[in-house]
Amino acid sequence: MNELLLGLADDELIVGWRDSEWTGIAPLLEEDVAFSSIAQNEIGHARAVYQLLTDDADALAFDRPLDEYRCAPLVELRLLDWAHTIARRWLYEEADRVRIEALMSDADPQVAGLAAKIDREEAYHRMHAELWHARLRDEPRFREAVAELWPYALGVVTPEQRAELARRVGLDEVDAVERGTHTDELAELWDEMTMVRRSAPAGAQW
Amino acid sequence: MAAAEVPHDEQAFLEYVQAGGQVEATDWIPDEYRAKLVKFIEMHANSELMGVLPEREWILRAPTLQRKLALTAKVQDEVGHAQLIYRVVEDLGKPREQCLADLVSGKSKFHNVFHYPTKTWGDIGVIAWLVDAAAIISQKALLKCSYAPYARIMKKICWEESFHILHGRDVILALVTGTPQQFELVQEALNRWWPPLMQFHGNPIPREEDPMWQWRIKSQGNEEARQQFLEGYVPQIWELGLTVPDPKLRRRDDGVWEYTEPDWAELMHVVTGHGPKTEERLAFRQRFLDQEQWVRDVLAA
Amino acid sequence: MSEEVWEVFRQERRGQPMEHAGSVVAPDADFAETWAREQYGRRGESVALWLVPRDAIRDVEDWADEFDLKYRRVDGYSIKARLKEARERASAGTG
Repeated sequence: MNELLLGLADDELIVGWRDSEWTGIAPLLEEDVAFSSIAQNEIGHARAVYQLLTDDADALAFDRPLDEYRCAPLVELRLLDWAHTIARRWLYEEADRVRIEALMSDADPQVAGLAAKIDREEAYHRMHAELWHARLRDEPRFREAVAELWPYALGVVTPEQRAELARRVGLDEVDAVERGTHTDELAELWDEMTMVRRSAPAGAQW
Repeated sequence: MAAAEVPHDEQAFLEYVQAGGQVEATDWIPDEYRAKLVKFIEMHANSELMGVLPEREWILRAPTLQRKLALTAKVQDEVGHAQLIYRVVEDLGKPREQCLADLVSGKSKFHNVFHYPTKTWGDIGVIAWLVDAAAIISQKALLKCSYAPYARIMKKICWEESFHILHGRDVILALVTGTPQQFELVQEALNRWWPPLMQFHGNPIPREEDPMWQWRIKSQGNEEARQQFLEGYVPQIWELGLTVPDPKLRRRDDGVWEYTEPDWAELMHVVTGHGPKTEERLAFRQRFLDQEQWVRDVLAA
Repeated sequence: MSEEVWEVFRQERRGQPMEHAGSVVAPDADFAETWAREQYGRRGESVALWLVPRDAIRDVEDWADEFDLKYRRVDGYSIKARLKEARERASAGTG
């Protein structure tokens, strides 16, 4: 259970970090504002899940060595073009929904309750992703991006959940890019993410 | 505002706004007023948008989840402000695409402070605490702008800025009560940001000679704004044990702050596109504008 | 991009009137909603929004004001002097 929850939290932290990279440079100003709310929600979800697992969410979020992060490769990829970004948003929300639904019937009421809260907030993420998906689905570059990221998306959910994800997304199941190894991109991200924090001794206040 | 009440004569219009009158987007306005208004408001929108770039790097580097969230929300507000303000410019007849094209080509300007680099987390504290404070003073003076659509969005902008200053102060207080190195981060950042801060409100042109004041676009002169900033914030800086890098800075008995005359030539040089980070930031913006044009084209189809 | 301006009205608290808040540019109602939600509600400052395409709004700005219509307005009535006289008469009568 801890591994599942830690994976969820790490996914949200890292995808929130990636989504924040669009701050100020999204294709439209109105979209820039909306996208930033999604990033904030993701960081907020990460924080809430870390707080279930520990008293010091910041330490858990930032002070682990690279190989102790449990995020899926999908969220680690640096995708600074809109077609790939929306492809990831759309696929990630579908995958996340499958796993959150499972967590909503968790035996631990704290976990189930938190999953329900996350799900209610993510309804708006799904609305947003579906809006863009509807507009872009016929664009070749978007379809290519989806095809490219689909194996990664399958790696977000457990093997037992993949058939359901494939059914919802309308794609055939393929071999997943599994959790367990990290991309080079995560190392670069982690470096930047933790540089300020590492500049002071552990336990320093910020 | 009944259209009949706004005079269709430049002199009468001037008297009307100087008596406190406001105009709407659908009213007749003199050409000169329109030109000055668009330039002023566009520069404000550009500044909000360009201000995002120095801060966004530090969202990615924020040392706690709370700071990451707060900084993301603050910067989000700034993008939102750019949206609000560009809408006002658009309703005055200049399309957003043109505004953004003029921004990246260097044809239109943005405020000096956003041409400078951010080097440490200390910069983030100083920007949120002091740069935002300087901006809010100007923004409050715009609440009474003779152009009503702009005055109205200033209300929303000022409301949103209120948490920015608190966030900035909180960041600074955490640093100055932390390790000696963290204290130094703040002092070092303050030393670098002080000169641009002193230039921020513009040269001390008497307000009677400032067309922005004459047309009541601004309700306060440049020097008035700067004095307000010094009066409000120098005591706050000193009480934390920080020093201001200006040996001449002092408050006279009559309440007026004296200071070393800022380098006005440098200000002009920077805002005309020669700041340390101007070219890099505009090129960055241009890159994404070009890259994502297809998205706007798809939405327009 | 398709230049459809959507005017945004917001209600701050239940019971308050809808007030004009600003506008967003969006290609359709769904995008306008997603974007207006954020621009006018992300800080919990609105309990409701109305989104209206600008073209759907009819702007009304002029009225005829040729004749003295004060008879039907509050400022057309100044009762102080007459009320004072009536009170004086009444107290003189009972005095």
